[in-house]
Amino acid sequence: MHPSAHRSDLIVLRREGLYCPAGDFHIDPWTPVKRAVITHGHGDHARGGMGEYHGTRRGLPILQWRLGEQAFHTYDYGERFALGGATVSLHPAGHVLGSAQVRVEVDGEVWVASGDYKRQPDPTCAPFEVVPCDTFITEATFGLPIYRWPATADVAQEIIEWRDHCAREGDAAVLLCYALGKAQRVLAELGALTHQPAFVHGAIAAGVDVYRRQGIAMLETRPVAESAPGSDFAGQLILAPPSAAGSPWLRRFKRAQLGFASGWMRLRGNRRRRSYDRGFVISDHADWPDLLRTITATGASRVIATHGNTDALIRVLNEQGIAAEAFSTQFGDDDA
Amino acid sequence: MKRFAALYRDLDRSTATLDKRAALVGYFREAPPRDAAWALWLLSGGKISGGKAGKIADTRELRQWIAEESGNPDWLVDDSYDQVGDLAETLALLLDDHEDEDAEALSLSDWIETRLLPLAGTPAELRRSTIVDAWRRLRFDERLLFNKLLTGALRVGVSQRLVQQALAEMSGIDIARIAQRMLGAWTPTPSFLADLLNPDALESDRQQPYPFFLASPLEADVETLGDIEDWALEWKWDGIRLQSIRRGGEIALWSRGEERLDGRFPEIETAIAALPRDCVIDGELLAWRDGDAPMPFTALQTRIQRRKPGPKTLADTPARMLAYDLLELEGEDWRPRPLAERRAALEALLSERSDDRIRLSPTIAADDWASAARLRLEARARGVEGLMLKRLSSPYQSGRRRGDWWKWKVDPLTIDAVMIYAQSGHGRRSTLYTDYTFAVWDGDALVPVAKAYSGLDDKEILALDKWIRANTLERFGPVRSVRAHQVFELGFEGVNRSSRHKSGIAVRFPRILRWRHDKPAAEADRLETLQALAQ
Repeated sequence: MHPSAHRSDLIVLRREGLYCPAGDFHIDPWTPVKRAVITHGHGDHARGGMGEYHGTRRGLPILQWRLGEQAFHTYDYGERFALGGATVSLHPAGHVLGSAQVRVEVDGEVWVASGDYKRQPDPTCAPFEVVPCDTFITEATFGLPIYRWPATADVAQEIIEWRDHCAREGDAAVLLCYALGKAQRVLAELGALTHQPAFVHGAIAAGVDVYRRQGIAMLETRPVAESAPGSDFAGQLILAPPSAAGSPWLRRFKRAQLGFASGWMRLRGNRRRRSYDRGFVISDHADWPDLLRTITATGASRVIATHGNTDALIRVLNEQGIAAEAFSTQFGDDDA
Repeated sequence: MKRFAALYRDLDRSTATLDKRAALVGYFREAPPRDAAWALWLLSGGKISGGKAGKIADTRELRQWIAEESGNPDWLVDDSYDQVGDLAETLALLLDDHEDEDAEALSLSDWIETRLLPLAGTPAELRRSTIVDAWRRLRFDERLLFNKLLTGALRVGVSQRLVQQALAEMSGIDIARIAQRMLGAWTPTPSFLADLLNPDALESDRQQPYPFFLASPLEADVETLGDIEDWALEWKWDGIRLQSIRRGGEIALWSRGEERLDGRFPEIETAIAALPRDCVIDGELLAWRDGDAPMPFTALQTRIQRRKPGPKTLADTPARMLAYDLLELEGEDWRPRPLAERRAALEALLSERSDDRIRLSPTIAADDWASAARLRLEARARGVEGLMLKRLSSPYQSGRRRGDWWKWKVDPLTIDAVMIYAQSGHGRRSTLYTDYTFAVWDGDALVPVAKAYSGLDDKEILALDKWIRANTLERFGPVRSVRAHQVFELGFEGVNRSSRHKSGIAVRFPRILRWRHDKPAAEADRLETLQALAQ
C-alpha cells in the first residue's frame, strides 16, 4: 500500500521509516539512522541508535530517561530550524508531555507529520495546535466512528467511585495504565477529585518523577515497593503497567480488582476477553470525530494515514474529496 | 429502564458468580413486578417479538437507520459492526449521549409494552421514528439495553440456574420448585411472577415436568469412581431425552428442550396411558423398527418435525421410549429416594404389562471397570454413544451437577482438516476470529465439512487470530477466507450422508482436538475417508 511517490513529496516512506529527502532526516525511524526527529518518548517512536536526536525541549527529560545520554538537539514549540534544505518546526500534539507534530516546509510547500495526537484537554501537556498544511500525515489508531471519548473528568470520577466500591468490598483497586503519559494524566485528573494518595508500581514511579520535576501537578503517590511487607491495600488505588496483569507482583494485594485505562475499553469485548473487572475509556489518541475535525482544520488537500484503522479513514476522506492514502509503518496501536 | 440497564451493566462487568447473584437479588427485590417479569423473561433468553403482528425492526433496518442518524455511510456501519461483533453494542457506540436527562424516563415494561410491542407490523416510517427517538433520548447504558431488546438475545453470562438461585434466595422458595414452574411456555406478566414466587403448592404445578438431571462427561480415569458395585451402568442412547407425565387422566411428553411433544408421538402416549399407575418417567426417545439396535438419529429427526404423523410415517419410523428413571409414582415425588429404589420401582411398574413401545433401558453387568471399558468399545457397533454411569445411592437432582451421573462416551472419530474460513465470535470473543470452517480434500479441491467453535485455549486463539488477519485472502462481511495452511485434528460423534451439504456428508458435534502444527495442508484427510465412515 505504498502511495504513488511524487517527485515533490516532502516526506516518503523508506525501509527505516518516514524520511524527508530535502532535509535528509527521518521522523521516528525504527532502525538506526544518521539524523532523527523524534515526536515523543514512547518506545515505538523513540528508539536507540540514532546519530542525532532532534526533539522538543519539553520532551527532553523523557528521552533522557528512556534513551540515556545521546546527541540531543532540542527546540521550543514553534521554533523554526533548518535541517538540510528543509525548514522544520515542532508543534504541540497533546499526546503526552513534550509530544510534537513535525512541520516541514520546502519552497513554500508545507507537510505536517502528526506523530500520535489527541484533542481532549490534558493537564500534563500542551494542547494540540492546528498547523495549516498542504499534506497531513495522521495517525488513525481509533479510525472508526464507534470510538468516541467521554469527558475525561467523568471517567476520573468513575475511577474514584470504583476505588470507593473496592474499599467497601475490601479489595485493592489496581488500575493498569501505560507507564508514560497515561498514568501521569490519570494522576493529574484525580488530583482534582481526591486527596487520598495513590500507590504506584516501580515502572510508573520513574515516569511520575520525570513529570514532577517538570512541574506537573499530580495526586500524591507512594511506591508500592516501599510499603511494609504484609501491608493492607484494601480501598487503595494502585497504578501499574499493563504487563503487571497476571504477574506475581499482583499477589501482594491478596484481594484485588483489576481495571484498565485505555481507549480500547470502549468495546466491551476487549474488556471481557481479558477479564478486567472494569474498563475506563481514557485515551491519548484522537477519537473518530477528532480525527475528522483535525484533518479538516489543517486544510490539507492530501492525507496520509500511518497506523491504526487506516482503511476506513482513507475511504471516508476519499469520499469527501480529500486525496488519502496509507503508509505502512511499524508504529504500534497501543493505547495501553 | 435505568434500573434494568444498571443491572445489565453490573452483570456484564462482573466476573464472579456471587457478585452476579447479589446484583440479581438486589434487582428483583426492588423492581416493580411488571418490570421484574420482563427482566426474568429477558434474562431467561426470551426475546421481544411482534409475533404474528409483524416485525418491530430487522437488522437491515437498524443498520440503515443508524447510518442515517449517525451520518455515516452504510459500509462504515458495517465495518464498525465487524470490529465490535455485536449489533446492539455497535448501534449504541455510533451515537453520542445527549446532555440532558431524558425527562420521560419510561420503565422497562413501559418501553416494551407501550412503545415496542405496538410497533409490530406498523409502517416503517413510524417504527423508524419511534426507535430513533429512543436512541436520541437514552444514555449509553440504556441505549445498549434498548438495542438488545430489538436485536434479540441479552447474552450477559447469566445462567438460568443463577437467576433461579437469586429468586430462591429472595423468596425463600425451594429452587427445585422455581425451576419446575419455569419449565415450558410462560408469559412475562406480574401474575406469572406472583405464581412463580408463591410459597404454596399450586394447581398448575401438577402439569409441570421436573427439571432434567444432566450427566457430565467423565474426564477422569474411570477407576477413580471407586467400587463398580456402587454404580448402575446403562448404554448411552443417541436419541432425545424424554419425560413422560401421567397424572390423573392427563398425559404430557416433554423434551429436554422444555418443549411439549404432545401429538407427535401418539404411540408413546398410548403406551403411557396403558400403564397401570400414574407416574413420571425419565427416558430416551428413539426410532426403533425392530431388531437389537435403534435406527440412526436422523430417522428420529424426521419424526420430530411431524406435528401429526400419518400412518406411513408411524409404520416406517416407529418410536420407542427406553425408560431409565422414575421421578413420581401415584402423586408422590420420588426424586429424593436413591436410584436403586427408583429403578426397582420402575422395573416393577413396567413388568406389570409388557409393551414394546415403552421398555426398560437395560442395566449392563460388568464385574469390574476393565470389563466395563471393553463393553464401551462395542458402543459404536451397537448404535449407542457409550456408557452412562449412575451412582446407585444418588437422588434425582436437577440440571448438570457433577459427581453422581457420568456419561462415558466412546472416543470420538477423528480427521485432520484444513481451516479455510474464519469468522469473529460473539460476546467475550467478539473482537477475535474464533469460529472456523474446516475442509478436507476432494481431488485437488477442499470441500467444507465442519464448523467448530471450541477446543483451543486462549493462547492458541490469539495466535490463530493473528495468523488469520495476516493470511486473509478475501473478506465476505464478517467472514474471511484464509490461506489453506493450518491443519487441525477434529473429533466428532458420527458421520451421516446428507444431501443438504455440499460435501454429501454431515458430521455430528465436531470440535477441535488439537492444532496440528506438524502437518502440512496437503496431508490433511480426504473426503473418501469421511464417506467410508458415514452410516
